[in-house]
Amino acid sequence: MSAAPIPETNDPVSLRARAEALAGALPPLLAAADQLAATVLMGEHGRRRPGAGSNFWQYRAAQPGDEARLIDWRRSGRADSTFVQEKEWQIAQSLVIWVDPSASMRFASDPRQPPKSDRARVLALAIAVLLAHGGERVGLAGLRLPPRRGRGQMLRMAELLAEDSPDEHGTPDTHGLPPLSRALFVSDFLGDPAPLEAALAQAAGRGVRGALLQVLDPAEEAFPYDGRTIFESMTGSTRHETLKAGDLRDRYLQRLAERKDLLAELARAAGWQFHTHHTGDSAASALLWLYGALERR
Amino acid sequence: MWMLGPLGFLAPWLLVGLIFLPILWLILRAVPPAPIRRRFPGVALLLGLRDAEAQADRTPWWLMLLRILAVAAAILGFAGPVLNPSDRPEGSGPLLIVADGSWADARDWPIRVSRIEALLAQARRTGRPAAVALLTEPPAELEFTDPDAVALRLPSLTPKPWQPDPGTLAAWAATLTGDFDTVWLSDGLARDGREALLGALEDHGTVRVIQTPRQTFALRPARFEDGAIAVSAARTPAGGAVSAELIARGLDPAGVERQLATATLDFAPGAALAEVALNLPPELRNRVTRFEIAGQRSAGSVSLADDTLRRREVALVQGHADAATAELLSPLHYLREALATDVDLVEGALPDVLPASPDVIVLADIARLPEDEDAMLQDWVEAGGLLLRFAGPRLAASDLSRNEEDPLMPVRLRAGGRNVGGAMSWGEPKTLAPFEAESPFFGLSVPGDVTVSAQVVAQPDPTLASRVIAQLSDGTPLVTRKPVGDGQVVLVHVTANAEWSTLPLSGLFVGMLERLAISARPLTDEAADLEGTVWLPEEVMDAQGRLSEIDTLPGVPGLRIAEGRPGPDMPPGLYAGEDRRLAVNAVGPDDTLAPATWPARIEVEGLAAARELPLKGAALALAFALLLIDLLLALWLAGRLRGPRGGFAVLLALALLALPVPQARAQTTGAETGSEAGSEAGADDAPSPADEAFARLATGAVVLAHVLTGDTRIDDTALAGLTGLSQVLTQRTSIEPAPPIGIDLDRDELAFFPMLYWPITADAPIPSRTAYAKLNDYLRNGGMILFDTRDADTAGFGAGSPEGRRLQAIARPLDIPAIAPIPEDHVLTRTFYLLRDFPGRYSRGTIWVEAAAEGEAAAEGMPFRNLNDNVTPVVIGGNDWAAAWAVDRAGAPLLPVGRGMTGERQREMSYRFGVNLVMHVLTGNYKSDQVHVPALLERLGQ
Repeated sequence: MSAAPIPETNDPVSLRARAEALAGALPPLLAAADQLAATVLMGEHGRRRPGAGSNFWQYRAAQPGDEARLIDWRRSGRADSTFVQEKEWQIAQSLVIWVDPSASMRFASDPRQPPKSDRARVLALAIAVLLAHGGERVGLAGLRLPPRRGRGQMLRMAELLAEDSPDEHGTPDTHGLPPLSRALFVSDFLGDPAPLEAALAQAAGRGVRGALLQVLDPAEEAFPYDGRTIFESMTGSTRHETLKAGDLRDRYLQRLAERKDLLAELARAAGWQFHTHHTGDSAASALLWLYGALERR
Repeated sequence: MWMLGPLGFLAPWLLVGLIFLPILWLILRAVPPAPIRRRFPGVALLLGLRDAEAQADRTPWWLMLLRILAVAAAILGFAGPVLNPSDRPEGSGPLLIVADGSWADARDWPIRVSRIEALLAQARRTGRPAAVALLTEPPAELEFTDPDAVALRLPSLTPKPWQPDPGTLAAWAATLTGDFDTVWLSDGLARDGREALLGALEDHGTVRVIQTPRQTFALRPARFEDGAIAVSAARTPAGGAVSAELIARGLDPAGVERQLATATLDFAPGAALAEVALNLPPELRNRVTRFEIAGQRSAGSVSLADDTLRRREVALVQGHADAATAELLSPLHYLREALATDVDLVEGALPDVLPASPDVIVLADIARLPEDEDAMLQDWVEAGGLLLRFAGPRLAASDLSRNEEDPLMPVRLRAGGRNVGGAMSWGEPKTLAPFEAESPFFGLSVPGDVTVSAQVVAQPDPTLASRVIAQLSDGTPLVTRKPVGDGQVVLVHVTANAEWSTLPLSGLFVGMLERLAISARPLTDEAADLEGTVWLPEEVMDAQGRLSEIDTLPGVPGLRIAEGRPGPDMPPGLYAGEDRRLAVNAVGPDDTLAPATWPARIEVEGLAAARELPLKGAALALAFALLLIDLLLALWLAGRLRGPRGGFAVLLALALLALPVPQARAQTTGAETGSEAGSEAGADDAPSPADEAFARLATGAVVLAHVLTGDTRIDDTALAGLTGLSQVLTQRTSIEPAPPIGIDLDRDELAFFPMLYWPITADAPIPSRTAYAKLNDYLRNGGMILFDTRDADTAGFGAGSPEGRRLQAIARPLDIPAIAPIPEDHVLTRTFYLLRDFPGRYSRGTIWVEAAAEGEAAAEGMPFRNLNDNVTPVVIGGNDWAAAWAVDRAGAPLLPVGRGMTGERQREMSYRFGVNLVMHVLTGNYKSDQVHVPALLERLGQ
């Protein structure tokens, strides 16, 4: 999924090459996301409440103050009183997605499993597709792709999501987060939690609610290592040597649990949802959770 | 060399290295395993975590132990351990290695050779000169040389198929000089001269004996006993019950050697001898060339069969058997009685017995033989057969050997013979004269009560005197003999039964037959018989019991063969004399086996014991295997066997572990293959596809056939006639014949056809010799020929017309019994339709069938005689049946028969005859059975 960084020139040949490289990577990602979204998408979904929209919701007796043009004369003709046709509320919401592009997400303990970044991107794009079907506007955090609708948006989104960052750990970007919108941060959240805390505080300040999805590899959850080991981070910038890796397992798992607690606490404080997803599990379950979390009022 | 129990070390000082093992333990403990580098994003969470123990992760104690063991095994391996090192106090003088080298050694000769090699290697190590001697063929001069030089000569050392000769050994022992130690590889059999040689050897130095107790079998020569072949075998030691498989080998008819019979030799517990009787058919028995005990590769377990096992085969042939003749009047009865105990009798027609290649053929009162049989018989006699003829009424009545001497008769005969002492003649029955000295019967006493009342008389002739071998008291020849080629013809001038003389009733008869070598008793090899003869070895046997042809050995005097005990001058094998072959076997008829015993002062050791076994390779392999296991375990401990490459690493390590395991190789046994190889060779040559297609066509259903005459018109009519008959058969009976076939007598097989229709033309060609042979065969085996002269029998008795004469010419060589005009009650009249006459296109002719046996009269009230005859082999007539049967393609009659309705009636009757004929051929005399009489009577009454 990692498209090689190709120097941006206006040379048509280079453009063409880039386009093809992207086309090579994107359709599978988008297709995977589409396929995943189809498992949840049952049809056009409304807000389940009256409001501005195009679909019929219910009739109600006309009340004083209702404009005369709102009266549904066909319905009213069958009764003595007059009725007004209410439409289902179909308001477009904005969802801003941030997927951690950092090196730490590119880890996969088993070549048969996708790296964490893969799963994160597919899930993000799937929920984007899903919500876009529902009429919401979806965009990427950090002013890179403001929330919009349409298939083109999805393509642009997929393109931007496929970019990798050389950083060790990623930091959520809250720039351009529209007030009262929704946000989704997908990462392993194994780096320093302070930037995340700050970002969440900012978002909460703007009335943004959303979800934190922690994507972890099964090996990170189980720590199946033993013997004398030198652990290196994905970029190799950090390393830790141990003589008995097995001895560290309990303490590592404890620290991981603490980190999850911290994340859950942060989320709760900001009114967000938190969930941990393992790349060994089915993506559909995570998508369902995401859908539920982002639909929540 | 430093010894530790049965273990010795070539480099014991290397074992000092074992002291350093505890130090190695400490060092290994101190060194932690190498770290693995792993990418792990969660490393941020690990930062700051300290290992609980400051000490490195220790290598587990059992892994340490494994490594220590590996190092220890390597140290032990390099120290050169040897299991069972030969620590025998070694002498210093020359070493003489003596092996018996008899046939009893042949079975495990390679082991003995390797033992000798080991002894030589030991001698080389200690620098002793050595020499090797085989007692069956002691070297003329014993020279002690470098053991390596002696070892070079070992491959040429082979066991011999005889036993050491005591006399030779004593002479050899006397030539030995100097001091030397002796190792004696004994074959384990007791024999004379062993103690003497042992004493002689002990005079020169110490003697050590190597001998393994094992089962040794010896097969004695087979002999005849009560009509079966008795084979006995000896064994040693006489332990528990043992069964050995006895195989009789010989040539099969295709000339390939095969296993002809097997039997089991059961040794009772404690019994040294076992015997089994083989009851084989004579043809098989006469082909047996050798007996052997399965799985024993030694000359002692092979016994060659020579001519003594053969029983002579005598064929008795008589003319057309008269079923009604009483048995005691049968010309062959007395012959049978006289011969049955000593020879194998074959009876039957001449063409049937000739292929059995009998030694003697007896013709009892047979005058004239069919031409081809006569020629066959003549060939057989010239090839060495003995033809014995007996006179009789038929011979006396025939003109055989009347004017000129028949090649198969020793003398010319006067017409009629003579009768003496009968009611119509003068004189007394004649008695026999004493036998002349030249006569083969000389020495047999002539009983006075043997009389001759009738005989055939020889024509006086210049050669007569030399041919008479027995005569009557008045000088009339009674038995005459004439050599023909390699064989001879003997004529006894009286009958073989008691009709003409009382000779067959006397013991003299048996004695005479014996003298004529007809009932020859098993030959004996008595010294008296063999004296002065020289026998040439044709095939000799080696110690393994394999025969090989040889023509380079000098002849052996008969007395030496009578003496037995094969030796260098007379190896076991087959020896050819003038007229027979003698077998010299490694084991004599009365030989027994006993285990060799040695005085207590002699050290006896086993053959296989005290083998030096260097363990260096095994110890090093163990060290290597342990290190490989250690490698696996270390990888596993370090966590490197997990993950994608783990399985591959395990596989690789296991493969490495499996590599050094030595491959067990099955020893190839080359001896098995020889006899089986030829078994496929004797397959019959397959029939050609055309023959096969013809056979399939002819046997798919009943097929009527006619003989192609070469005249197209006749052949077409015959084919059309048989087609018409086939249609009628299909319509009216359950016989549904396939379309008829015209056959060429020379080319086509006749056996497929139930009957042949043979139209005779005046210029029909005479069939060839092979065609006659086939026709005779066909007639003998139940075939039937319908001869049709198509001349309406105008000349009566079929002789006057050209076709009739042609028929006589054609039928003369055929084996046709006496024929007679068809009787009224012949079964042909009622096999399907009740018929009175048998018209074809003509209706007048008489037809002829095989004559019925005489003497049967119809019972009172029965319309038919009780005749249980066979299908008549020929039906001869001239009514041109095929023309009456013939139909064209549409099924309409082809040729006119008679006039109007009468003609149609005649055609119908001719069809009925055809139906009856085919029914008769297919069902035989079924309708002749009296069971059918009531039904037939009822129908006749209507």
